[in-house]
Amino acid sequence: MSKPIVATTSLAGCFGCHMSLLDIDERILDLIELVEFNKSPIDDIKTFTKYCDIGIIEGGCCNSENVHVLQEFRKNCKTLVVLGECAIMGGLPALRNNAAPISECLEEAYLNCVSVQANDEKIIPNDEELPMILDRVYPCHEIVKIDYFLPGCPPTADLIWNALVALVTGNEMELPYEVLKYD
Amino acid sequence: MSEKQSPKTFLPNEGDDSGCSCDCGKIEAILAKYNNDRGRLMDILIDVQDSQGCVGKEAVAKIAKVFNMSKVDVVQTLSFYHFFSQTPRGKYTVYLNDSAVAEMMGRDEITKAFEEEVGCKFGSVSEDGRIGLFDTACIGMNDQEPSAIINKRVFTKLTKEKVAKIVKGMKNDFEVEDLPCTDVQDNILMQGPILTKDTEIGEAVRKAVFMSPEEVIEEIKQSNLRGRGGAGFPTALKWRFCRNAPGEKHYVFCNADEGEPGTFKDRVILTERPNLLFAGMTIAGYAIGAEEGILYLRYEYKFMEKQLEEVLTNLRNKGLLGKDVAGKEGFNYDIRIQSGGGAYVCGEESALLESAEGKRGEPRDRPPFPVVKGYMQQPTSVNNVETFCSVAKIMHKSAKWYRSLGTLDSTGSKLVSVSGDCERPGIYEIEWGFTVQDVLNLVGARNVQAVQVGGPSGKCIAPNDFNRKLAYEDLSTGGSIIVIGKQRDLLKDIVMNFLDFFIEESCGSCVPCRAMTVQYKKKMEKIIAGKGVKKDIDQMLSWEKVMLMNRCGLGQSACNPVISTIKNFRELYDAKIQKTDYVSQFDLAAAVKESCKTAGRIPNLGGNHE
Repeated sequence: MSKPIVATTSLAGCFGCHMSLLDIDERILDLIELVEFNKSPIDDIKTFTKYCDIGIIEGGCCNSENVHVLQEFRKNCKTLVVLGECAIMGGLPALRNNAAPISECLEEAYLNCVSVQANDEKIIPNDEELPMILDRVYPCHEIVKIDYFLPGCPPTADLIWNALVALVTGNEMELPYEVLKYD
Repeated sequence: MSEKQSPKTFLPNEGDDSGCSCDCGKIEAILAKYNNDRGRLMDILIDVQDSQGCVGKEAVAKIAKVFNMSKVDVVQTLSFYHFFSQTPRGKYTVYLNDSAVAEMMGRDEITKAFEEEVGCKFGSVSEDGRIGLFDTACIGMNDQEPSAIINKRVFTKLTKEKVAKIVKGMKNDFEVEDLPCTDVQDNILMQGPILTKDTEIGEAVRKAVFMSPEEVIEEIKQSNLRGRGGAGFPTALKWRFCRNAPGEKHYVFCNADEGEPGTFKDRVILTERPNLLFAGMTIAGYAIGAEEGILYLRYEYKFMEKQLEEVLTNLRNKGLLGKDVAGKEGFNYDIRIQSGGGAYVCGEESALLESAEGKRGEPRDRPPFPVVKGYMQQPTSVNNVETFCSVAKIMHKSAKWYRSLGTLDSTGSKLVSVSGDCERPGIYEIEWGFTVQDVLNLVGARNVQAVQVGGPSGKCIAPNDFNRKLAYEDLSTGGSIIVIGKQRDLLKDIVMNFLDFFIEESCGSCVPCRAMTVQYKKKMEKIIAGKGVKKDIDQMLSWEKVMLMNRCGLGQSACNPVISTIKNFRELYDAKIQKTDYVSQFDLAAAVKESCKTAGRIPNLGGNHE
């Protein structure tokens, strides 16, 4: 039997969840025995080359590219797992959701803020190659169907490991108290 | 905490100059009227609001200084109640009822008529500061909707023409008493043992006070009388707990904070049978050993306060209140009226007591129960208006007579307030044990889709349950019955309205009540928009357990409009949901519209950005 294929991505996140994934330390050797990686920053594969079994998403959606990538993951993965606060609820980037409308956020960032120095032409970035900014930061489950949610900021390495092992082996996940304790 | 110590950053309205300029002399006079008693903060705020048009920051500062409390403590109470405001609400303030039945009876048209005539939107005050337009929850006039309160007076059965006349009057500086179209009707359409005028009040009180208090409690126990607010706690047991609880003083409270949308029976009793109520309160005072009874009157019923005061004066003159009541030496007892400020949750007894003490109307943790530590931490019995009336009748006519009415577990009669899609809305006094169908026949209701029993916090039942009995052991009700015709969209017109009501009225203390009610609304919006799936329904059902974690009955029942319609009208939900397991509500074009406009670029919705 071929090994299960895993893809990962970081959307509007800080890569902290991916760092936490690396915190599984020497178990990463077991992991590459267990699974094969496809599209992921870990192996730098940029686009899907195979249909995957598990897609792991860090971060929510703050722009049109995030939405596109997330939709691609849904198309190319059998099971989608969202990892961490930002992917589940929007997290830190979503602070802007209640602060001000996006127009004010952009004007503040590029035109009005005291630290704006060299923007004499008063340009808010508008190159068509740039992703378009969404009106608010969306949690992943509002865009596509999500199968599993792993909480934490970041989720602990043990939580990620236990979840992956459970998904790959089909056994029930181990959830001891320490793994879900965040204070 | 003294004023100087209070941190500046916490001051309300700091830097906001819109507060009204206050007349300090007047505020001092108001404070003096209540003997500078901090416990009477509610009355003080009501009087300040009345005389100044709002409770502005100067008034808050003045009150805080006199009571040696921080300004935020004053604002805590002030901001909790619907009818108090920190900014001016106009010389005339219109509060238009937004209950479900008001909507059914054409509130929309009245809203538009007011906005057109006055020239401002609801939630604001006209430019000249003359007229303010605001929404308010059920004002106890469901049988004569649409209706509104203007400066404490009630205007019923509003039409476009009536609105034009009323606004014209306000524009011409009429006194509120002289505005046209205030016609509150009692609509007593069926009298039973309680409403029938066959009891001489003095006789009932005399009979009680010449028995021992224990004998009075025993007589009530024999009658099997249970609380008429809806929960049905045995009245005699409550009194016994209260009587036996040690304390410097004991208090009787009458809960006339009739806030459950659709109920208006207490309003009718207060207007038509106030003597009976006060007799019941006096008997209760004798039974538990109290010297003071307090009628907590909801703000919406302030229009009847003057008349009630006259009744009390009359009773004092007759020797039925005051010193040696009804000729019983040593039994001194009087009743005063305490007004509320507009908050549904104050119908919950511990919240009511908090409010009466001049605080936010947040329910207390129990135990201790109010019978042990109630008003001012003293043993207090809080009973419903109708319960007290039953007490007076039982004392006059005997427990045996009372037991012969109703069913074994639910003795006596019940006043039900019927409104909605029926020919004869009004007050019906029925014996317990009547079925829902019996009531529908009485009120002339045809083509009935559903009946809401017990208001939004009660149950919404379907025709196959219309043979169920109104009784504590089957369908319990505080008295609200709303008939919903087949022409209504049950989810959109009724459930959504009820959810808005709970969101508005939550005191915010418990998280599930504050937050989950909003989540329920979002789910319902999703389902009504045709974007829901079965999982949404399952989730709403599963959240009921979380809602039971709330501290009081309001929070625990805030999901009932959804839960009971899912249980009894599942087909309405099933018809609206998609048959897949996930539907995204995300709309990329809408989501990027504003940012693209701000940056001056044309949205590229083609897809590939990689």
